[in-house]
Amino acid sequence: MNALAPEHGADAQQFLTFKLAGEEYGVGILSVQEIRGWSAVTAIPHSPAWLLGVINLRGAVVPIIDLRIKFDFAKAEYNEFTVVIILNVGARVVGIVVDGVSDVITLAAEQIRPAPSLGNNAGTSHIIGFGTLDDRMRILMDVERLMASADLGSIKSIQ
Amino acid sequence: MTLDLAQFHDTFFEESFEALDQMEAALLKLSAGAVDSELINTIFRVAHSIKGGSATFGFGDVAAFTHTLETLLDELRAGKRQVSPPLVDVLLRSSDLMRDMLDATKHKRALDKERVKALHGEIEAFLKSAAAKSVAAPAAATAAQALSGTSERTGWRIHFVPGSKLLRNGNDPLRILRELQTLGPCVIRVDARYVPPLADLDAEECRLAWNAELSGDIHEDQVRAVFDWVEGECELLLERFGAAAAAAPAPVAAPAVAPAPPAAAVPTAIPAAIAPAASTAAEASRATNAGEGGSIRVSIEKIDELLNSVGELVITQSVLSQLAAPLEGAEELRSALGQLERHMRALQESVMRVRMLPISFVFNRFPRLVRDLGQRLGKKIELTMIGDQTELDKTVLEKIGDPLVHLVRNSIDHGIESPEARVAAGKSAHGTIELNAYHKGGNVVVEVKDDGGGLKRDKILAKARERGLVGPDEELSEERIYNLIFAPGFSTADVVSDVSGRGVGMDVVKRNINELGGHVQIHSTPGKGSMVRIRLPLTLAILDGQLARVGNEVYVVPIVSIVETMQVRKELVNSIASKGEVFRLRDEYLPIVRLYDLFGIQPDHTELLDGLMMIVEADGKRVGLFVDELMSQQQVVIKSLETNFRPVTGLAGATMLGDGRVALILDIPGVITRFQTKESRRESAQRAA
Repeated sequence: MNALAPEHGADAQQFLTFKLAGEEYGVGILSVQEIRGWSAVTAIPHSPAWLLGVINLRGAVVPIIDLRIKFDFAKAEYNEFTVVIILNVGARVVGIVVDGVSDVITLAAEQIRPAPSLGNNAGTSHIIGFGTLDDRMRILMDVERLMASADLGSIKSIQ
Repeated sequence: MTLDLAQFHDTFFEESFEALDQMEAALLKLSAGAVDSELINTIFRVAHSIKGGSATFGFGDVAAFTHTLETLLDELRAGKRQVSPPLVDVLLRSSDLMRDMLDATKHKRALDKERVKALHGEIEAFLKSAAAKSVAAPAAATAAQALSGTSERTGWRIHFVPGSKLLRNGNDPLRILRELQTLGPCVIRVDARYVPPLADLDAEECRLAWNAELSGDIHEDQVRAVFDWVEGECELLLERFGAAAAAAPAPVAAPAVAPAPPAAAVPTAIPAAIAPAASTAAEASRATNAGEGGSIRVSIEKIDELLNSVGELVITQSVLSQLAAPLEGAEELRSALGQLERHMRALQESVMRVRMLPISFVFNRFPRLVRDLGQRLGKKIELTMIGDQTELDKTVLEKIGDPLVHLVRNSIDHGIESPEARVAAGKSAHGTIELNAYHKGGNVVVEVKDDGGGLKRDKILAKARERGLVGPDEELSEERIYNLIFAPGFSTADVVSDVSGRGVGMDVVKRNINELGGHVQIHSTPGKGSMVRIRLPLTLAILDGQLARVGNEVYVVPIVSIVETMQVRKELVNSIASKGEVFRLRDEYLPIVRLYDLFGIQPDHTELLDGLMMIVEADGKRVGLFVDELMSQQQVVIKSLETNFRPVTGLAGATMLGDGRVALILDIPGVITRFQTKESRRESAQRAA
């Protein structure tokens, strides 16, 4: 269900990493459905600014979230490198807009350091840790928690 | 060989509920006076197969109750008992009870044991009342029971030769033997005389037979019940021994139902030769079932998936057509695409039809309802049902049931008068309720008509004035008055009965039907009767929509919500400081909802004269919806926003346009609510300023 949940015995996990405002982030590869280019969206009235709208993904209505707006980054540009990562979150399909996709990396359990406590800030609850590879640090995110905090309503998990 | 029986539970319940529906229908026909052996057979078969099934799955309570019921039905079938109204009544209540028992078992809820016991007792009382009339068999059984006190060993010798195909049909002789052991001390010996030489042996065939000696005072029916599931697929020889054997008229030797000639009962031939000879009721019914068109059970999800894929194909096809349209010299491509389009339509229609069921699934419950309620209220009512083969979407069908029940109950309770009052009014003592279903345009129309007293116009109006729904001097059209009965909590009944009169119901009816995208209309003639006409969409998957553009966005407005569209001249518009913008439409003032303002988008036009005003209606409220321009009308496939997102007030879902873009479908009641909330907020802000 959730590729990122630390499990006993599973010591290596794969992550798709992407760029957001100069930082590198990673999500569990198993929750990634596909990566597609940026295309126009249909806006949903009365929705938060980070919810850009919905797109037609081969007949499914898929909401598109701009993480750059969600994370309060200074600018959110839409250019030829802007991509949408389509994620499977529980039973739902959701797209996130990022500045560009970097790589797929494999991290052993010891390469993932738990997120330091940043106080009672609920805004960081989706960060599950920092992965270091080649002296670079990636912020690893739990997509389910991210979407739960992203106000998409409670995400139904698959039993 | 062990089988996980739980996997068959759902099928068993589903089939049993369907069978009970058949049983009820047959019983109702019986009650109408037609005594037909085929009807009695149907009823018997239902009880029989439910008994067999529930015994196999270990639902003891159901099996025990059904067993007693079956005994009663058996007498009816054998002609030992006549059909009488009290009997039919008990049988009807039994079918209800069986349904409840199965339902309780299915959902693992506690059973109402008292109710089971009470009805069980009633059936037994019926059985006893006939004891005098009936002949040897039950008397012998009673005699056998009377002898149970004696110390002499009694019991049954059982010779059981399964048919060779028994295993293939999913039956397990071991289970049967184990069940036999639960009846009493039992000695079972295998009889291997039919086993062929190893070279001829087929591992999937059953070649073993068994001889068993079952001790104890056990009724023959109990022993037979163990073999219920394989009757017709085996040879079964029962012989009573001990004291009871003397009382019994003769050794009972024959396969369970079909009285085969005694010669066949002597196990000389190999079992395979016996099986075809036995033509039992069970097998006969299986044959008729197969003959009736043949059907398969498919889960709704699979059909919905299919429907979705077809929906996508339709969209892709229209994208292709749009791409091909501007191409020059592509005549052949265009004609091929034209063909594709026709095939797509046909495919879409056939897939839609898979989801369609005849409305008789809902209508079937009404004969019972009318009969019971009529009896209770002392009214004589005839029910006519027309067009019960009219098909509509399963989802619509499921949601239309309750509203129709409300309407029919209302007709019986408030509509049809008592026989005396009817005669006094010069009508026949029998009231009539007519249910009529038919297709009209892309809709299904269902009418509930009665020839009762009609709606009491003045009473409704007086009540509405009393409750402040209508101003004291306000005059309303006939239609508006009748529509008042759909207001929440509205009731003109002087006495609240358990049937109706609490004022809940009609508003629910209206809400349910509106949720389905349908319409309700009422016609009534004082003294002559009333009619409620419900107009429903054929399916929930597709909607007739009007595309409307505001700036860069295209919205789909459901056609059912649109009253008319017009251009508004300036002199008709009033801006009332406290009430916001309104415009005059004939003799009404309607609020103006500027969609761009409500949804926060950039429009082409802000001047009312430049755009268009769509008059839309929901829950009896009308507003003018201001948009830039109207585009085409088309059928759109509805996609839920909830699947991947969440519901949004004012939106009924989304759909794909021909160019692949997503267009949002407006939910007019939601839009109006949203508008009103916004207005009231603006008002309070003004007041604060």
